[in-house]
Formats: sequence, structure tokens, C-alpha cells
Amino acid sequence: MSNIQNRNADMYLTQDLLKRKRARNELIRRLKSAGITLASLTVLFVFLLPLVYGVVGSLKSDNQISSPRAPLVIPSSQRKYTYKGKEYDILKVPTNDGIKEWAIVEKSPDYSMFIDPKNPEAGEIKWEGKWITLDNVWYTDFKWINYVDAWNKIRFERLLFNTAMYAILSTFGAVMSAAIVAYGFARFRFKQKGFLFMIVMATIILPPAVTLIPTYFVFFKIGWINTWLPLIIPAYFANGYNIFLLRQFYLGIPREMDEAAKIDGAGPIKTFLLVILPQALPALTAVTLFHFFFCWNDFFGPLIYLISARDLHPIQVGLTQFNQLYTQKTNWIMSASITSSVIPLVIFFFAQKFFMQGVVITGVEK
Amino acid sequence: MNQSITITDVKLKHLDLAKHEARWGLIFISPWIVGFLLFYLFPMIASIGFTMMNINLGNTEETRFIGIENWKRALTGGDTKILESIINISRFALLSLPIGMGFGLFLAILMNSKLMIGKELFRTLFYMPTMIPLAATTLIWTGVFNEYTGWINLFLQNVFGVKAMGVNGVRWLADPNLIYYTYTIMGLWGVGNMMLLLLAGLQKVPTELYEAARVDGAGWWRQLWHITIPMISPIIFYNLTLGVIGIMQYFLVPYILNGGSGYPEGMTYFIMVHFYKQAFTYFNMGYGAVIAWIIFLIALALTGLLFGTANKWVYYAGGTDK
Repeated sequence: MSNIQNRNADMYLTQDLLKRKRARNELIRRLKSAGITLASLTVLFVFLLPLVYGVVGSLKSDNQISSPRAPLVIPSSQRKYTYKGKEYDILKVPTNDGIKEWAIVEKSPDYSMFIDPKNPEAGEIKWEGKWITLDNVWYTDFKWINYVDAWNKIRFERLLFNTAMYAILSTFGAVMSAAIVAYGFARFRFKQKGFLFMIVMATIILPPAVTLIPTYFVFFKIGWINTWLPLIIPAYFANGYNIFLLRQFYLGIPREMDEAAKIDGAGPIKTFLLVILPQALPALTAVTLFHFFFCWNDFFGPLIYLISARDLHPIQVGLTQFNQLYTQKTNWIMSASITSSVIPLVIFFFAQKFFMQGVVITGVEK
Repeated sequence: MNQSITITDVKLKHLDLAKHEARWGLIFISPWIVGFLLFYLFPMIASIGFTMMNINLGNTEETRFIGIENWKRALTGGDTKILESIINISRFALLSLPIGMGFGLFLAILMNSKLMIGKELFRTLFYMPTMIPLAATTLIWTGVFNEYTGWINLFLQNVFGVKAMGVNGVRWLADPNLIYYTYTIMGLWGVGNMMLLLLAGLQKVPTELYEAARVDGAGWWRQLWHITIPMISPIIFYNLTLGVIGIMQYFLVPYILNGGSGYPEGMTYFIMVHFYKQAFTYFNMGYGAVIAWIIFLIALALTGLLFGTANKWVYYAGGTDK
């Protein structure tokens, strides 16, 4: 009897121990999880801080970016006081009664006249000292108007139109041609296919500089410099990266689907249009996005081909020139930079699934 | 007798089919063939010709054949900028590629951790800056690195008490000893693609391997070094190859920051900047072609080196074909 009781007690004890152990493990796991997530949050915070800097910088007032003693982080403006119809700076004035915030109405090297905005009836107060050593009074002020000013100065709608035209016209050709060529490589047997595909791959890693000069020379001779043609036309002849990505995807489409279409009497073109293309929609979307953003971010091409056609410049080149013109106006430069990032970021957030799949297809499946 | 005829028939039909298939294949790839000839093969051949010409777009009448003059100038020390710019880009690459890849791997390992909460959101947000146009990225970072008003120096000064701000402070953009670090840090915003690829690789490593290692008493570091890295070495190899070729063409950041002047002290005068200046500022197309070929040959040599040593350090789960 006692033996059984003992055993029961033992069992309870073990179960209890086990339970406690499990609870402890679970706690450790949760702590670890919280730790890792917190560490990642910190890294992410630091990683994205420049973006915050950009936004904050874009909202600063002109005074703030030009005065050396202005607040460094929070967008601010100088406090002013209107006295007898004129606007005066409010300064921090040290007096016997502590620091006063007074508006300076008359500046002289050794003394200045001030007005106390809280008590303007008291009239002008004379203060002995160098006003130049006094700090301004700042208040938090977000200058959203910078976005409008920068937009108008850089003529953003024109840059946007140019970039969109270049990206759309070139992406259309790139996706269409690569879709066709990849079909040829994925579904047909012919001599030298392996060799030709190796060349396709080689063109991916070929530094563009090596073909650039003769190409540029020809474009120059036929009058294509300062037009969009050199940026758009070559895209219609399928580039290696897109061919590779689409071919990888086509290879994953079951051949039975082709065969079924063939039995129904579909030729190669019909099979391509009715079987392959609909199946490859995710990959086609990825290629479209990649190429679109490649154009959106292309810099070297527009820089050399649109060398003196300022009205045709896309965003990246326009932004660079804007920076050269208004180096000191960092608030404008930041607002222009942030504005030019908005469209890619919005598209990215909506299409990120295709985007990330596409990246993975190119790199891992190889 | 009857039977043999049928076999020949089948064979003939098969041959026809093969021909038919080959013809369609060639039709489909024909846009690429035309493009390859027009934009790759002919220009490459012509490019060799260009290297032997004195050809200036500003004054095409002066064009003449000068043999190997351009090559001589580039290779025998007539143009010291060539060697200088190659050394610069190599030094920058040796710093920036390992740091960039290390950071990508670090993020990928974090995102792959089972313990991480909200993985997908983290992944999206770490990828996000990759989408910002590089010119905007560069301008924003230039502000962050500003010696007087930038947040990095503000942080160093107020948190660590270092006298970081001002002329005698930490001059991220003007100090030749720091400039490659500055550029490297800016480059981290482009880590997205590498992170995704490495992450996809990590997710494919069989968990049994880790379990077996744990049974054998291997700690986290040993698992990383002996399982994770070898298993994802093909992806590291792929990224390294693209990285090496990409960095040879590093141009936009120095162009925006200093217009290609090489500031500070010529440190950022890279080979692609030299190419751009010769070919598209001075329009020396002949000499520019020589620089282009030098870029090509270096990229070729490095790719060759990578592929040549791949079987020593890249692990292919399915065995190597070579």
C-alpha cells in the first residue's frame, strides 16, 4: 500500500519536475526570442535612420540650414516679432534678471535696442553688449513647402515623365523579347544551344564599357545622341539576365501542358501564347519590375546619351544636376531625394512578393 | 522488307521533326542573336580597332590610325592614372566587398532565426533602401556624414564625447583614410538582394545537419563555420562574382560627390571614373576603348580566378560537373 503511494508520489514529483522544466525552457525560448527581435529592431533602427535624417532635413527652414548655431535635429524656424509693422528677430538676451527673449529693433556694434514682446508698451530697452553673440529663439516648424519649392525648381513632373517614358518603353521591349527568346532556349532542341546559352550567360557578366565606345560612336554618327533611342532600342533585343530568369522559370512548367496543347493542334506560337505565358506570369511580373527599376535607376546611360538634352533627363541625372546647382540648399536636396524615392518604394511595397521571388529565382536555382 | 521501310519512314519523320523543332527554336531566339551581333559582337570587334585609333568625337577629321600608341600610353607608365585608379578600386573592393557580404550574411542569419518575431516585416524593411534611387541614397548619406551637421558626428560627439564635429573632427568625406569606410557604409543600403539570396540559401540547408552537429556537441560558431557557410557557398560565390564585376564599374557615388575629381587626395579616382573622363569628358574614344579593355581584362581575370578556385571552396550538394 505504502509502496504504491510512494510510487504515485514519485510520479507526481516527476511530472511536476517535467512541467517545471518545460515551463523554464519555454521561458528561455521566449527570452531569447525577445532578445533577438530587440537586437534586430536596434539594427533596423540604425539602418533606416538616414531615411529619417532625409525627411527631417527636407523640412528645415532656410534660416536653420544657414545659421551655425541653429538646432541640429528638429526642423525649426526663428521666432520673429512684428513691431510697428516691421518684423524683428527675437534673441536670447542675458540681463540681470536672467535670460530674456527680446526682439532686436536696432543693431549697433556695442549696444542694441530691444523690445520686450510681452510688454511692448514699455518701449525700447537699451542693452549694452554685442548682439552678434546672442542666440536666436527657435520654435519647431515643419516646412512642408520645401517639397513644393523643390518640385517646381527641379521641374519634377518633367523628370518623372521622362523617367516613366524611358522605363515603360524600354521595359515593354525587354520583357517581350526576353519572353520569346527564353521560350526558344527552354523548349526547343537545336545544335549549339548549349554554346549559345553560355554566350547569353557571358553577356550578363560582360562589363558594358567594352562595347560602349563603338556603340556610342555609331549612335553619334546616326544622330541618336540626345534622344531616347539609344536607351530604348537595344532593350528590344532581349538581355541576358532576363532571358536567364525566364528560362529558369519556363523549365519548371510541366511539359505535359505543352504536349496537351500540341494534341489539340496548337503550334509553337499558340503554345507559347496560351500555355507558357499565362503560366509564367509571376516570372514575367518579376522581370517587368526588375527592368522597370533598372531603367528607373539607370544613371550612366542617360548621363552619356542625353549629354546636352536637359529636357529629356530622367530623375537620377536631374537629381545630380540639381545637387550641383543648389549645393547649399540641403533642405531642397533632401526633399527632392525623398520625393524621387516615393514611387519606387510604393511600387515595391505593393509588389514585393513578386520582387523577392524574382531575386531568388536568379540566384538560387542556378 | 515492309518493316524496314517503316523504320526508315519513322527515322525520316523523326529527322523532319528535329529539323522543324530546331528551326522554331532559332526563330524564337533570333531577336537575341541579332541583338548579340549588333550590340555585343560587332562593337567588341570594333572596340579593338578603336584602341588603335586616335579618334576624338569633337574633331572627327583628325581621326587616324596610330597602332599601339594608346596601349603603350596605358601600359608603360605614360598615364599614371591607370595604375592609380586600379589600385584605388582594388583597395576599396577589398574593404567594401567583405563588409557588404558579412552584413548581408548577418541579416540573412537573423531573418532565418526561428526565434525572430515578425520576420517578413523585417525582411521588407531591410530590403527597402535597395529600392531608393542611388543618387538619392548618395545625397541623403552625404548629409548624414556631413562633418558639421550630420547625425553620425552628432551622435559620436554627444554620446561618446568624441570631439567629432567640425574641421578638426571626424571628416568622413574629406579624410583619405576614412573615405573608403564612408563609401562602404553607404553601400550597405544596397544589401537587399544579397540578403534575400543568402536567406533563400539558408532556408534550404537541411535541419538534420544541425541536429547531428548538436548531438556531436558543436556550438553556434562551429555550426556556422562548418555547416552554414559551406552549404551556402554557391550563393556566396555567385554574389562574390557579381560583386567583383559590379565594383569594377563603381562610378555613381564618386561622380555625385566630387564630379570625378578623386577627392579627397585622389582616393576616389576609380578606373570607371577614369574611363568616363577620357571617353565622355575629353571624348578620346580611342584611349577610352583601351581603358574599357583593361576593365574587361581585369574582370575576366578575376572571374577566371574565382571560377578556377571554386572547386576548392564552393560546395555543390549535387556534386560538381567539372
